[in-house]
Amino acid sequence: MRALEPLLLLGVLALFVLSLVIGPADVPPGESLAALFSDEYGPMTLVMREIRLPRALLAIAIGAGLGMAGAAMQGYLRNPLAEPGLIGVSGSAALGAVVAIHTGLAASSALALPFSALAGALAGVGLIMLLAGPRGGSLTLILAGIAISALAGALTSLVLNLSPNPFAASEIVFWMMGSLADRSMLHLWLALPFVLVGAVLLAWTARGLSALTLGEDAAETMGISLSRLRIVLVLGTAAIVGGGTAVAGAIGFVGLVVPHILRPLVGGDPARLLWSSALGGALMLQLADIAVRVILPERDLKLGVVTALVGAPLFLHLIYKTRRELG
Amino acid sequence: MSALSLSDLGVTLRGRTVFSDVTFSVGPGEMVGLIGPNGAGKTSLMRAALGLIPCDGTSSLATLSPAERARAVAWMPQAREIAWPVPVERVVALGRLPYLPLRGGLPDQDRAHVESALDRLDLQGLRHRAASRLSGGEQARALIARALAQDTPLLMADEPIAGLDPAHQISAMRIFRDLAREGRAVIVSLHDLGLAARHCTRLILLAEGGVMADGTPAEVLSPERMARAFGVSVWHQDTPHGPVFQPLEVVD
Repeated sequence: MRALEPLLLLGVLALFVLSLVIGPADVPPGESLAALFSDEYGPMTLVMREIRLPRALLAIAIGAGLGMAGAAMQGYLRNPLAEPGLIGVSGSAALGAVVAIHTGLAASSALALPFSALAGALAGVGLIMLLAGPRGGSLTLILAGIAISALAGALTSLVLNLSPNPFAASEIVFWMMGSLADRSMLHLWLALPFVLVGAVLLAWTARGLSALTLGEDAAETMGISLSRLRIVLVLGTAAIVGGGTAVAGAIGFVGLVVPHILRPLVGGDPARLLWSSALGGALMLQLADIAVRVILPERDLKLGVVTALVGAPLFLHLIYKTRRELG
Repeated sequence: MSALSLSDLGVTLRGRTVFSDVTFSVGPGEMVGLIGPNGAGKTSLMRAALGLIPCDGTSSLATLSPAERARAVAWMPQAREIAWPVPVERVVALGRLPYLPLRGGLPDQDRAHVESALDRLDLQGLRHRAASRLSGGEQARALIARALAQDTPLLMADEPIAGLDPAHQISAMRIFRDLAREGRAVIVSLHDLGLAARHCTRLILLAEGGVMADGTPAEVLSPERMARAFGVSVWHQDTPHGPVFQPLEVVD
């Protein structure tokens, strides 16, 4: 499908505008948009620039990053069930955030939580590079990722278990569901560099991922250095997942479902899938973020809950459709 | 200049010596068949020669950088992996990957290589089909075409004709022989000794932990050697239709 990317881009832009005009402040769309560009710094301008704009931009950045990372992971492992969380970085980032909430560090400043999550992500990447760095193969990468995820999950449970304060515990549980509500431009500037660096790294893997379609041996004899590819892939995915989790919490299913849906539309090509999945991820996360505001505006529905609620049945449907092929 | 030269090559996997002291070189114009019983190390020999697995001794290809090697040799592994439903023409075009700039489409010259590979393997009718959904034999042809499109002085293929129907087996062997006639070098491992006898210019018999014989098909396929290496009796005759070779019975 040739027109796929332009169509997706159009969808992303349309949802961006839609996202900007939706919110609890009941102001007509035209006025909201006018307020965004207004020079008088009225209350609506404040709402637009400080609340809705960062939220919409974060949804695009994180969604695009997760989509791209999912496509890269699936391409590298040649497995449609792979997803960015597989390398354990989202789990370890969440652990960092949970520790920050538990210790009360998160209350000390707005950036304490995201920085603590980034530190967790960094520890996770360090571990996975140690285990599956230059020498490991793809199987080592998967196993190391599972081990790190399990360890981070166990430690997160331990923190919850030992939490003497029920409010801290519920805050932890809610944070882990993932959300883009009440994020500021500061959060955007924190996450964006990581997502961009990750995207550049993953863009570099495009050629290697195409070659890997024919297996590791064939790719290597087509001039691809597999160990370098693996390192760049892990670092790129970790940057995106770490940066995204640090400001938005754990958001699942985007990186799994989006590449899966788009693959047949790009003729299976892993290189092209990277870009279309970035657009598709931005589309899906914006859609989910609009849904949480429209469906239950009063109840603070969490973004990760919606992506999972939409993603899982969609995934089941896809499995149902392709099960004959999967054999 | 030879396309590949090996000296004292040896491979040890998990403490077991698969083969050792393998020395030979292959030059332009040669169509070499690598034969030997299961487990003799044909695949290991080829992968070691390419520098894909650790080995003793030296191989002229293993010393090259990955980018240089990609222009010196095309490799078709035994496992016919096509992970995604990519169109056949796109699979074949992957062979041009080592020559392409990082961004942009396929230049005309590269497109011509892809077209000629599609023509040679009789794939024009399948070019838009998803390669992962083709039959095993059709996939093998697409992967041979991919290796041809890489347009290297040396082509190495691990059992490229296994699973093909007789017509496509013969035409694939003809393609390899034609490549050799054009001045390239081809090394294929295969189990069909009849086809090896008819189409290869040279056979290398890998058995008993080393090269048991290396020479023309007539020299290598002697009844004594076949009995020793494969444990079979054979019938081998030069006929008006060319050499005919047929394994007959298992000998004890």
